[in-house]
Amino acid sequence: MRVRIVYFAWVRERIGKGSEEIELPADVKTVGDLIAHLATLGEEYAAAFEVPQVIRAAINEEHAEHDEAIGDAREIALFPPMTGG
Amino acid sequence: MAAGGTISGDTAALVSVRIQTGDFDIAQEIEALTGGRADIGAVVSFTGLCRDEGGRLSALELEHYPGMAERAIRAIAEEAVKRFGLTGITAIHRYGAIPPGGNIVLVVAAAPHRQAAFDGASFLMDFLKTDAPFWKKEHLKDGGSGEWVSAKDADDKAKLRWRTP
Repeated sequence: MRVRIVYFAWVRERIGKGSEEIELPADVKTVGDLIAHLATLGEEYAAAFEVPQVIRAAINEEHAEHDEAIGDAREIALFPPMTGG
Repeated sequence: MAAGGTISGDTAALVSVRIQTGDFDIAQEIEALTGGRADIGAVVSFTGLCRDEGGRLSALELEHYPGMAERAIRAIAEEAVKRFGLTGITAIHRYGAIPPGGNIVLVVAAAPHRQAAFDGASFLMDFLKTDAPFWKKEHLKDGGSGEWVSAKDADDKAKLRWRTP
């Protein structure tokens, strides 16, 4: 399955791009699996996901926990804790 | 992105959420919630501004997740209307580079009585801080690009007080 991944703030900066489409391996079922998979894709990804537990996620623009199933998501966002306001 | 409208309830409340680069006019936003009505007894406005952090910063750069930012704030605003019986609430969040002294965020809450208006504005800000997809990056006066602002534990704790037992 192909899914669009979007990155924000220092996650975006470390990876060096704001979004990409990736083919999900069959064993990537949850947000946590996705983060672990991305971390293997190269140095820049390893740097972005060095501390996986701080990474926040959204599936189709709704907040998602790391154990949430990806299902047939169109878009998954990965980003640091939010600092608006 | 501009969006306004009403939500259903016992009485229709005005909910307006905007994510924009430009500044806002507080008086105009209050008028938009109260103009032509006689059922509102209280309006509370909160404005968040950019600090220079002791003279270090030339600006804060605000990044956001388009679409989700507006949706996340709208969900909080609608919850505030229901929970506190607001007659209306407006939330405006700016993005892009904002210099010290500049406005970042505005919340205006209107209600028949003051406590609901205070609570509505405070509730929206507490949840916006931790749930709305915005990130701040420091730009330094010496020309350098500074750090991304870290999330604060205090912000996570602030929203816990709204938990219902």
